[in-house]
Amino acid sequence: MKILVPLKRVSDPDNANKIKVGAGKVETTGLEWKPNPFDEYAVETALRLTENGTNAKARLGEVTVVTFGPKETETTLRAALATGADKAIRVDTTDDAIDGDLLARALKALVEREKPDLVLLGKQQVDGDANQVAQLLAEYLGWPQATFAGQITSEADKALLVSREVDGGSIKLRVTLPAVVSVDLRIVNAVGVTSMHTPPTHKYSDGVRFAALMAIMAAKKKSLTEVKLTDLSPDTALKIKYTGFDLPPARKAGVKIKTVAELVQKLKTEAKVL
Amino acid sequence: MNTLVIAELSEGKLRKSTHSAINFARQTGAPFSILALGPGAKAAASELASFGAAKVLAADDAAIAGQVAELHAPTIAAVAKAGGFDILVACASSFGKDVMPRVAAKLGAGYAADISSVKAEGGKLVYRRPVYAGNAYGTCELLTAVQVVTVRQSEFAAAEPSGGASPVEAVATAPADPAAARVEFVGLEAAKSERPDLGEAKVIVSGGRALKERFAEVLDPLATLLSAAVGASRAACDAGYAPPELQVGQTGRVVAPQLYFAIGISGAIQHLAGMKGSKTIVAINKDADAPIFQVADYGLVADLFVAVPELIAELKKAQ
Repeated sequence: MKILVPLKRVSDPDNANKIKVGAGKVETTGLEWKPNPFDEYAVETALRLTENGTNAKARLGEVTVVTFGPKETETTLRAALATGADKAIRVDTTDDAIDGDLLARALKALVEREKPDLVLLGKQQVDGDANQVAQLLAEYLGWPQATFAGQITSEADKALLVSREVDGGSIKLRVTLPAVVSVDLRIVNAVGVTSMHTPPTHKYSDGVRFAALMAIMAAKKKSLTEVKLTDLSPDTALKIKYTGFDLPPARKAGVKIKTVAELVQKLKTEAKVL
Repeated sequence: MNTLVIAELSEGKLRKSTHSAINFARQTGAPFSILALGPGAKAAASELASFGAAKVLAADDAAIAGQVAELHAPTIAAVAKAGGFDILVACASSFGKDVMPRVAAKLGAGYAADISSVKAEGGKLVYRRPVYAGNAYGTCELLTAVQVVTVRQSEFAAAEPSGGASPVEAVATAPADPAAARVEFVGLEAAKSERPDLGEAKVIVSGGRALKERFAEVLDPLATLLSAAVGASRAACDAGYAPPELQVGQTGRVVAPQLYFAIGISGAIQHLAGMKGSKTIVAINKDADAPIFQVADYGLVADLFVAVPELIAELKKAQ
């Protein structure tokens, strides 16, 4: 199976409460960059689908990672190559020059070049929080989609049985490849991905894998090509325009209560919510 | 402007999230219609006839079965085109988030996801939406003639009926996308619960990892007593103490009840993003330095295994 995984770097989500807003934009200077966590889950999913878990070094298929950004975003790609992806593509642009829709249109052109059987994405970026690219891309390609996947079982590399996490439960869909799938966080649990290549007795550990030092060195030799955004999408018009950003008023810390009786009293007479 | 509200049905029943999308439509000040799709759409349409819509449209067709985006999107797009609708809105539920971007791509429309407010300014709609887990808000406009929007349920209160009787009309199902032939709806596993939905509950009792295997044993009696929904932190869901659909947070459900109990929840940014809009927050945690106390109106530093049974007893006394 050939899998394409789009990746994005985001400012460290653990420091999201330290962000500042400047003139019409969110100030990211001084914040540490990290791969978007959901994109890391998508890479892990792609790796599990293209290997025998008992011999994870041999790729039984091909995993290509792609990011949209300036030269320095190649760090994010190299990190994915070090964990096992085969090759990487950087589409040269900046965050300000793209929106979710342009990203999806450019990805469509890239899919037509690379011809993957599956595009795996994180369900949302933890900076923009829009949760849209997988769905837009699926429609532009005319492919089926399975969003917010919490579990995937590959069926003979031809179809995927996907359990989607939805409000109030889960939905099971079977999608015939080629398809677009976006992943939720539980996909990287030990039982998140069941691949036809891996014996059912094999158990993954929870979470994403880390790269060994040797693999980090070897990743420097893997193919990383650069593509111009306009080569993928001559039309670079955006559909959304942000005119400003602001910070929500901080919620004031309340009071510490000594006893449960006092708490119930306050909820009744002060907050009047009981 | 002419707005089309997409109703949400689950297993043939109208979901309350629809009423948040109707609230958005009323706020734009423009005339609006409502579209219900799938089996049960006709009954849902009659339920929606008293909300002041110009028309309520129903594509009551068994072919649009299951929550499959590829089956919903073509009919939504076709109805929008035929009726000259230029604003399409649904709730940012898992249904809306799955289907509406696909509709936007079909119509060449811009998409504003999970908005928290809307303002009509000089004939344009200006949206505000949370970014960075709600630690900042962006003000944005869509630059396209047709606009697709999903609204955050916790920020758009459910619309109440306004009386009157909108005409209900049947609409035809559009031809399916070729992609639909490559998706098979295997089934919905709905969590069986007598409790209110997290998005609609007035009181939510949420638990964290500290509850361990006793999650349900400790929280259920409190939730039952308060007719509350039960929520959970990501850590509790990840550890398997609570099912995933209970997760409250940036990537789970975003809630804003009258009263939110955070029990044994430390208060990671991820979790705060999903509940800090609650009116009154109560935190019970034995770690006095837990970040949850920075947003809680009332904080109780205590062992939850002692405090929760005590709270239940005290509430029963007070009733």
